[in-house]
Amino acid sequence: MRAFDYTRPGAVDAAIATHARANSAYLAGGTTLLDLAKINIMQPDQVVDINGLGLDRIERLKDGRVQVGALVTNTALARHELIETHYPVLSQALLSGASTQLRNKATTAGNVMQRVRCPYFRDGTSPCNKRDPGSGCAAIGGVNRETFAVLGTSDQCIAAHPSDMCVAMAAIGATVSVMGPNGPRDIPFDAFHLLPGTSPAREHALEPDELITHVTLDAPPGGARSGYLKLRDRASYQFALASCAAQLSVEGGVIRAPRIALGGVATKPWRATDAERMLDGKVPSRALFEQAASAAFNGATAYEHNAFKIPLGRHAIIAELGALTGLETMQEVS
Amino acid sequence: MVDTTPATAVQHADPAATPRLHDVELTINGQTHHLSIEPNVVLLDALRERLGLTGAKKGCDHGQCGACTVLVDGRSMNSCLMLASMADGCDITTVEGLAKPDGTLHPVQQAFLEHDAYQCGYCTAGQMMSATAILNDPSIERTDASIKDAMSGNICRCGAYKNIHDAIKTADARLNGGE
Ligand SMILES: Cc1cc2nc3c(=O)[nH]c(=O)nc-3n(C[C@H](O)[C@H](O)[C@H](O)COP(=O)(O)OP(=O)(O)OC[C@H]3O[C@@H](n4cnc5c(N)ncnc54)[C@H](O)[C@@H]3O)c2cc1C
Ligand code: SF4
Ligand code: FES
Ligand code: FES
Repeated sequence: MRAFDYTRPGAVDAAIATHARANSAYLAGGTTLLDLAKINIMQPDQVVDINGLGLDRIERLKDGRVQVGALVTNTALARHELIETHYPVLSQALLSGASTQLRNKATTAGNVMQRVRCPYFRDGTSPCNKRDPGSGCAAIGGVNRETFAVLGTSDQCIAAHPSDMCVAMAAIGATVSVMGPNGPRDIPFDAFHLLPGTSPAREHALEPDELITHVTLDAPPGGARSGYLKLRDRASYQFALASCAAQLSVEGGVIRAPRIALGGVATKPWRATDAERMLDGKVPSRALFEQAASAAFNGATAYEHNAFKIPLGRHAIIAELGALTGLETMQEVS
Repeated sequence: MVDTTPATAVQHADPAATPRLHDVELTINGQTHHLSIEPNVVLLDALRERLGLTGAKKGCDHGQCGACTVLVDGRSMNSCLMLASMADGCDITTVEGLAKPDGTLHPVQQAFLEHDAYQCGYCTAGQMMSATAILNDPSIERTDASIKDAMSGNICRCGAYKNIHDAIKTADARLNGGE
């Protein structure tokens, strides 16, 4: 692996000041950073280990929201009582991701910041606008199957956002709190990840040297149920081909406060707001779920090898809505 | 044990640019080691190249295969994706630390032996470390499906999965009184 300096500061302001002094990367679990540093895709001259900052707590705030420290591991978050009880979608999404060993190491902020799994991005030589702006995109005319999106793509980049956790957070609603050289600020979760557009190298809303300190989950509405369905090439330890995170309640026979987010099919954790609008206030039915699922993929662009993700993604929505409302939907979907 | 020879895992083109060495204290299988190590040395390489603990294997070096799995403060982790510096002060168990000092095998090792839960053996240390962690973790259900899911970070290219799974069930019965 490339050589770099290593520091482990004990306070947030020291971490930020140290980070600002060189071409740096914050080091949390290291499961993305070290993976990519070994193949020279990330090239820090200094890593700033943030495991000593004490940002590893989960707390329920007075307003009912739950604040998750940046360094809480994926395992600790998935298994926390508050999360298992109030946010089953998040617990399920986390446990569907990666492997036991990786989840024991991976952190909340690191997961938010993980990089795409596009093989052309990782090979270090193919044209890739994300790795080498202006060089082109080898994936658009290449083998663009499992790690590629159909929603939110541009003619510059079509890589899918790989996270499961983030899809659940998009469905729940969350705020990313950061600290930087100019002080703290809050970024709504939906605004954190950026669409590739004409600048795929810019992936998120962080300014230079900013450090994520917490992610705060919105309080779920009363009576909310939630769940995560992940569809993939094998039963475990694989990135999503398509996934659906959903949270809703059913009151007086109608759906209230539906929230739907998609993974595996989009260039960022994807809120299906058109589908949500279609479901709100309606009586659950298979026909309704099919309409909502179709609406979620309006405007989708299929590439040579990933067109199957459009019906697969619709299936994921229909099946997850069926599971949450107790409707049997796992039949053939048109 | 005190080991002060400098790490050699990386060659620097420009010696002036060599990052400073880090002093790290690792407790491995109950024994404390002091290493002076370059910051980019991963725990797996420190174990194998510096401490002669070659039980943990390097399969992929990218977190994908599980051959390098060790326990860090009781939790299974991929030692290829962890800097030795990050493990400073941690309590590490490798496969060399599973058996008792008198040579009595750990129940997981014994069960792997009885079930012939390997072919080439390259993945075996990682499989046993993951199995050990899982059998110590009450949050993992003892169903076939959840054991398989929890073990899915350990790839066996020989395909000894069936016997590995049977061995874990046997070890679970002996350790935890499972069926
Ligand atoms: C084989 C394999 C399979 C995987 N499968 C899945 C899967 O199925 N689903 C899934 O969702 N994920 C999967 N992952 C990805 C995994 O979830 C991420 O690697 C992990 O969440 C990253 O967290 P970390 O703490 O290790 O991050 P690190 O590697 O430490 O950091 C990642 C990035 O975030 C930055 N960073 C970290 N913390 C902060 C902070 N507080 N503020 C600002 N920047 C920060 C780092 O500088 C770096 O750029 C897989 C990974 C591997 C290796
Ligand atoms: S899809 Fe994005 S990440 Fe992949 S080669 Fe194209 S520009 Fe690079
Ligand atoms: S060598 Fe670490 S997971 Fe393969
Ligand atoms: S026994 Fe050969 S890889 Fe598992």
